[in-house]
Amino acid sequence: MMRIPAKVNQAAAATVMALATLLTLAVLIFIVVFILEKGLPILSRTFLFSVPRDMGKAGGIFPTILATIILPLLAIALALPLGVGTAIYLTEYTRESRLTRIIRFGNDCLAGIPSIIFGLFGFLFFVTLLEMGWSLLSGGLTLALMILPTIIRTSEEAIKSVPTSYREVSFSLGATRWRTIQRVVLPNALPGILTGVMLGIGRSIGETAALIFTAGSSLRLPQSLFDSSRTMSVHFYILAREGLSTENAYGTAAVLILSVLSVNAVAYYLMHRYMKKNA
Amino acid sequence: MKAKFTLSRFSAYYGSHRALQQIDLLIPTRRILGIIGPAGSGKTTFLRSLNRLNDLTAGFRRQGEVRLDGEDIYGAEFDPIALRRRVGMLFALPIALPMSIYENVVYGPRMQGINTRSQLDQLVESSLRAAFLWDEVKDRLKSSGLRLSGGQQQRLCLARVLALNPEVILLDEPTSGLDPISTAKIEDALTMLKEQYTIVLVTNNTMQAGRVADATAFFFMGELIEHDETKKIFTNPAQQRTLEYVTGRFG
Amino acid sequence: MKSHNLREKGVQYLLTALAFSALFGLLLIALFILKEGLPFLTQVGLKDFIFAHDWEPQSGKFGIYPMIIASLWVTFGAMLIGAPLGIACAVFLTEFVPRPVMHTIKPMIELLAGIPSVIYGFIGVIVLAPLIRTHLGGPGLSLLAASIILGIMILPTIISISTDAINAVPNSYREGSRALGATRWQTVYMVVLKAARSGIISGVILGMGRAIGETMAVIMVAGNAVKVPGTALDSVRTLTANIALEMGYAVGLHRSALFATGVVLFIFIMLLNTLASAFVKQEIRRR
Repeated sequence: MMRIPAKVNQAAAATVMALATLLTLAVLIFIVVFILEKGLPILSRTFLFSVPRDMGKAGGIFPTILATIILPLLAIALALPLGVGTAIYLTEYTRESRLTRIIRFGNDCLAGIPSIIFGLFGFLFFVTLLEMGWSLLSGGLTLALMILPTIIRTSEEAIKSVPTSYREVSFSLGATRWRTIQRVVLPNALPGILTGVMLGIGRSIGETAALIFTAGSSLRLPQSLFDSSRTMSVHFYILAREGLSTENAYGTAAVLILSVLSVNAVAYYLMHRYMKKNA
Repeated sequence: MKAKFTLSRFSAYYGSHRALQQIDLLIPTRRILGIIGPAGSGKTTFLRSLNRLNDLTAGFRRQGEVRLDGEDIYGAEFDPIALRRRVGMLFALPIALPMSIYENVVYGPRMQGINTRSQLDQLVESSLRAAFLWDEVKDRLKSSGLRLSGGQQQRLCLARVLALNPEVILLDEPTSGLDPISTAKIEDALTMLKEQYTIVLVTNNTMQAGRVADATAFFFMGELIEHDETKKIFTNPAQQRTLEYVTGRFG
Repeated sequence: MKSHNLREKGVQYLLTALAFSALFGLLLIALFILKEGLPFLTQVGLKDFIFAHDWEPQSGKFGIYPMIIASLWVTFGAMLIGAPLGIACAVFLTEFVPRPVMHTIKPMIELLAGIPSVIYGFIGVIVLAPLIRTHLGGPGLSLLAASIILGIMILPTIISISTDAINAVPNSYREGSRALGATRWQTVYMVVLKAARSGIISGVILGMGRAIGETMAVIMVAGNAVKVPGTALDSVRTLTANIALEMGYAVGLHRSALFATGVVLFIFIMLLNTLASAFVKQEIRRR
């Protein structure tokens, strides 16, 4: 049998991989372009800023935009202190031990739980047991739990990347541990932490399964955190699945994709600038 | 001569590795003590034991005692935070904290509760002057400390230590990363400063100890080999190993 | 003077308490799902639940065997598409193109990781399912459609993690191999991929977890018929889809059965996570 020359082998491998990369990019870009092409023409000031009529078949999507802003912010407000606190504890207050391994394992497990399970839990615990009902609050709490692992992990990375020498200088100047964290560690870890925040917001905007059972699907303008409200993702799902209005579904999808992409772009920009600074 | 620090039978360990063995040493007040010795001889561990910065290192243990003005700094009653305010430290690499020049200098004082603007302004000026940096930065106190050159940053670090108004200043090879001109500026500052402060200078540059230290201690493999007046160490040391080191035959 | 000690202690206790929040959340979730599913499991028994073929809640038949098989096939299919494509993409970007090209394409792919799953599902319904229906036959909404959509969905995850793992391989390995006369591809194949293995595997496992747990996209494209699929063109219903589809109106034993489905899903995910962390641990020990 003839041996295939190494050069030919390499050329073949490179070609296959190049095609795989092109295919991947093409598919992902196709999805975005497809949605924007059909959705952007639908967008208008009335579509964005008026309330829906006839279950969303007509009218705009203003309440869903509002819910899509409130819910992620609520989730961040709850998850940020917990997540950054955990990250500080893991990096600054304890050394690697059985306990930290358990905490990290628990965090990894939480990260792996499917959103539908979060939805079930949120329904049982916040909606039913704590009697919050289908509401922005129930949804926000559920989302907070869901994005907590992301916040913890990115904050931990960010805090770890603050040079040890900064801490030593601070201690040598008579600072306490907490003071060092406040004045030196956290300010320098901030861009990294913000990256986690943006990723968490991005995930919250795109979430559907966990919210249907917790925030509900009311189309009215929410008056308080105890009102039910549907986000753009949920609205899009209902429109598309029940075939209510393809036109409005495309319009909603376009706004949804634009928001997620811009939030992720900010996250990426922060991360990139941060890494450059630390290089 | 009054002793500032008194070490008796002081040993330090990182895990099972013994970094310092049974050190007995007096560090006199308002003089410069130079510490010399090859890399890995325990100089830095020794220095970081004096302000308890080693406490932060995983696996650090120690035996014996270190007394500051007669008080055991490793005693249960002794507060390491208060200790570090009395014993300032300058590191090998100039590490300006990523904040303005002004904020770098007032970092320590703010924590001691000094908060009035005029007091802080005054402190910044006097500290920067004492570190020979004032004229170079007086017009840009609000700009980032990271924008200064290496030599300027090290003098900023010195000013930051001086602003603590400490009793002792520890220096860990403070000029190892600097050019000869910056080194000379730091050395000039040290000679002025010993009027007011007790100074312990770890240096990998043996000649530097010869130039500025009043007394010199030679460390080797975690042991204190010899400690005497600098002139004696450099001209007529008691130990053969000291002679070989200062004349450059090993190390 | 010592007031700072008091504050330090207080902060430390507070942070210690916060550090348990994720673990506490996890336990709470496990506890509540289990509590709700347990009455059903004790009444019907786990074995009958898992191995029975019929799901007819109105006549009291609760068998999730078809759904378990569907979930496994859909996940397997997604891996079959996502893993080779993703790893090939990562290798190409790290080893075969100039750095600046990688630094433009990788962010693009990571940006696209944020596309909501409902949109993937929608594309599946509008574009993919009709294609399958006309060219391959069947209802279109099928195991195949779900596998392809999920395979695409997990691509960014696999690419991002694999790229990081490959980038973390020290350059000296590559130089050593090239110095011995290996070609670039031989070096990648024999040295780089071996060294980056644990990172790549954990990326694949993460993608797998995402695929098995995905709900909305799958509901939209899988067709949702409760039966053991005969071919890839058959309509299927996954565990997650089953919960989401019927939760809205289920009561009594039916509702409890859905939570029990959640318990089974939960167990799958925990097994995957344990597997993933075992891989990472093993790799660390080897170093």
